Amino acid sequence: MSDVYEALVKIVGKDYASNHHEERYFYGRDPGLMTPHEADCVVMPKTTEEVQEIVKLANKEKVPIVPKGAGLALTGLVIPLKGGIVIDMKRMDRILEVNEGARYVVVEGGVTHGALRDYLNKHHPNLRNSLPESPPITTIAANVVIHGQGRLTNQYGFNSDMVNGLEVVLPTGEVCKIGSCSVGPYWFSKGPPLPDLSGLFLGWLGTTGILTKVGLKLYPKKKIKDLEVLVTDKEDLIPDIIFKITHTEMVEDLAIWAQERPLMFRGNYHINIFLTADSEDELEMKRKMVYDSVQEYVDSKDAGFMTINLDMRRDFMDNPQKSMTAFADVRRGGGFEYAGPIIPMELYPECARKVAELAIKHRVVYGGSGRVIHGGHCMMFSFAYTFNRADLDEMGRARKALHEAAEFVADKGGVLWKPNIDEQKIMMERMDPNTLKLMTDIKKLLDPNGIMNPGNWEAK
Amino acid sequence: MPELKFDKAKCDNCKAISCLVKCQYMSLDKSEAKKEWQKVINGEDSFVLEACVTCYACEEYCPFGNHPFYLIVERQEEKGILPQSRPITKQAINMTTAQGKFLVGKPEKTALSFCAIPRLYTLATGKLFEDVLPSWVLGTEFFCQAMFLHFARMSVIKENLPQVIDNIWNQGIREVIFLHDECYGTFTKLAPAYGIEVPFKPIHYFEHIYKRLKELKNEIKPLNVKAAYHRNCSARLVPETDHFVDDIFGLIGVQRIKREYDHENALCCGGLLMTSKGYDLGHDVQKRNVDDMVKSGAGYCVFNCPACWDPLAEKVARRGIKPIHIIDLCKLAIGEKQAVEVTV
Ligand SMILES: Cc1cc2nc3c(=O)[nH]c(=O)nc-3n(C[C@H](O)[C@H](O)[C@H](O)COP(=O)(O)OP(=O)(O)OC[C@H]3O[C@@H](n4cnc5c(N)ncnc54)[C@H](O)[C@@H]3O)c2cc1C
Ligand code: SF4
Ligand code: SF4
Repeated sequence: MSDVYEALVKIVGKDYASNHHEERYFYGRDPGLMTPHEADCVVMPKTTEEVQEIVKLANKEKVPIVPKGAGLALTGLVIPLKGGIVIDMKRMDRILEVNEGARYVVVEGGVTHGALRDYLNKHHPNLRNSLPESPPITTIAANVVIHGQGRLTNQYGFNSDMVNGLEVVLPTGEVCKIGSCSVGPYWFSKGPPLPDLSGLFLGWLGTTGILTKVGLKLYPKKKIKDLEVLVTDKEDLIPDIIFKITHTEMVEDLAIWAQERPLMFRGNYHINIFLTADSEDELEMKRKMVYDSVQEYVDSKDAGFMTINLDMRRDFMDNPQKSMTAFADVRRGGGFEYAGPIIPMELYPECARKVAELAIKHRVVYGGSGRVIHGGHCMMFSFAYTFNRADLDEMGRARKALHEAAEFVADKGGVLWKPNIDEQKIMMERMDPNTLKLMTDIKKLLDPNGIMNPGNWEAK
Repeated sequence: MPELKFDKAKCDNCKAISCLVKCQYMSLDKSEAKKEWQKVINGEDSFVLEACVTCYACEEYCPFGNHPFYLIVERQEEKGILPQSRPITKQAINMTTAQGKFLVGKPEKTALSFCAIPRLYTLATGKLFEDVLPSWVLGTEFFCQAMFLHFARMSVIKENLPQVIDNIWNQGIREVIFLHDECYGTFTKLAPAYGIEVPFKPIHYFEHIYKRLKELKNEIKPLNVKAAYHRNCSARLVPETDHFVDDIFGLIGVQRIKREYDHENALCCGGLLMTSKGYDLGHDVQKRNVDDMVKSGAGYCVFNCPACWDPLAEKVARRGIKPIHIIDLCKLAIGEKQAVEVTV
């Protein structure tokens, strides 16, 4: 490995490659529950060419490589399960182009969602990106690689649906452009009308290539933001309530949450309804349509809109929502992980009951929340459990709760999102064998030496 | 359980039936009002019980202090009528349940009560309160319970109030300056209506800041502004305190503009109307109220109740009127900063 280290130093310079114990330790873990495994080297490239050199080196030496953004996916996806090189993408932080008229941006593979938001606020105040609720240091490339979701997901789909083109370093070292940018200077489409090759990289958890550039759709930023919170104590009503609200097509984002603490929230389900508008009239029209859509539940007294303290409202409307990060540390000691399956809306009631049931069974603190995807075609439901890292027993209990949650949802027909290696197994066991074979063949074709994030999406 | 001191004879002899005839949320002439009110008194079904939006106003409209609103709340509860939805009622009960998490400053004989409303703690700073601070209490242990009038839960009020009184008393407090009408109304009106003894002396914060402003007279720089006063539901419990608004405004150079929806004709902030009845009524009431402020040329909208602030302050601000709590307004006049603001 010392040869590899030397070669990395040659590629990026000695300040940006390390085989020191501190870096190997740090890059061997994430804030979630998966067992750490040390990296052999860590490298921080600045350019696509450097990434290319690193990948060629790894491919020649058959050394595993693991691309890493902020490492906040939480499910161990950046842990170098078989050692090797962790490629920290954060130095590739340039925002290359904003096409205001066509509403898209081209960013390098390490640009963070927070940096893009700030850049747009300053230079293109009429445009916005779909920020996830994760801390703003999470990277755009990683977020689309794992099919993340953000504030605009109810309107426009998974954040990966917002991809408008890619530049990828293949596991064999070639640089490949995907989408309209492969035939001309514009990044307006990731595929159509060409064959959509972006599917070879999105959802693969960094096992098929390294994204060095991402074209991303941007969306109109409205002048006014507002929030309503509908509360019900009957989880069985949620699918229909969501159906009715999404029918209005008036809502930016829809998040559903239930938690046992503080006491104020216990026993109820809350639907955060995010509204945006350019004028007071537009806002009130939207608000009225949303209210009217669920009037029957207000009349039956099964649901009501909560009067929200303005401070709480501000907190909810923050994007990313800081209280999410605070919840992640509820048990102190900074441990938090969630299984976030993608489910059809009709499974919400069962999942909502299950998250609480597992918390009682395994004696852990829970939060159950969901985000509606693309007008209600499906939702992400998070079985979230917090734990104190210093308490190994509690960590074990949280791990069990998450595993049971994953099994439960998979049996019901949900699809596990950003699955850890155990959850990937759960998925592959249930997958149509021909689909699994196709996946395996594609992976082998792209990565003949199996160097890319090995351990992930590996069928037996 | 304490019982409401309600005098049926007063109603029998009442000519105007103002309690229902003046109600802004139902349209009843005298004879209909008489008929429906008799049903309410007799414990029979009346549409009034469903239609009531719990605005508290009939407490003020009744010239004989016969507590028509408390009776309505009692009847709603008896009949299982929910003015608010079940989950919102559950939330209200949860959020006001005493959990031993109360906070106190250094309570002395005279203390400020912030009820269970942290925003009051934020507001009550500076010279207006320096003679009392740090004698204060805050938390659900000191929560006056009157909010449950909106939830048809008189039973909760009656059950919890004696303990709340004890909690205040046990802090060694003998005079309480209440920063919310709801509290002051509870201890000066609701408790006596149920024969619940209140051993300490309740003082309305209007009276306190009026006294302080007079003491700080030399520091006042008149604001010279026109303000719409947003009169809240719980002010209906204590209409005798309304003159303080004029008195305070007079001291700090604020003109209480004449407008349709002030005094007895005040409109609800709309918060609970949106919650309980839906968009149309809530929005209509809010819009009429704010339109009226705009039409009357108000530069400021002055709030008394911290709960009205949430549904209304931003809406007022978006129409170009500055929302401000009356305590903050007084602070501005003596050169201090506004503590609670909205940005739109
Ligand atoms: C409090 C909290 C809230 C969250 N809320 C959300 C949310 O609302 N929506 C959401 O989507 N997620 C959420 N997450 C999960 C996660 O943080 C985000 O999805 C985040 O965008 C992941 O980005 P990252 O840079 O941290 O990825 P990492 O964890 O660094 O990487 C994730 C995966 O991408 C691969 N990868 C990284 N960079 C590249 C690259 N350039 N090319 C190819 N593969 C690459 C990695 O190998 C790994 O498999 C949340 C997390 C936390 C802690
Ligand atoms: S409650 Fe008052 S106003 Fe109403 S009928 Fe009785 S006495 Fe008259
Ligand atoms: S409380 Fe208000 S709405 Fe209800 S009857 Fe009295 S005046 Fe009418």
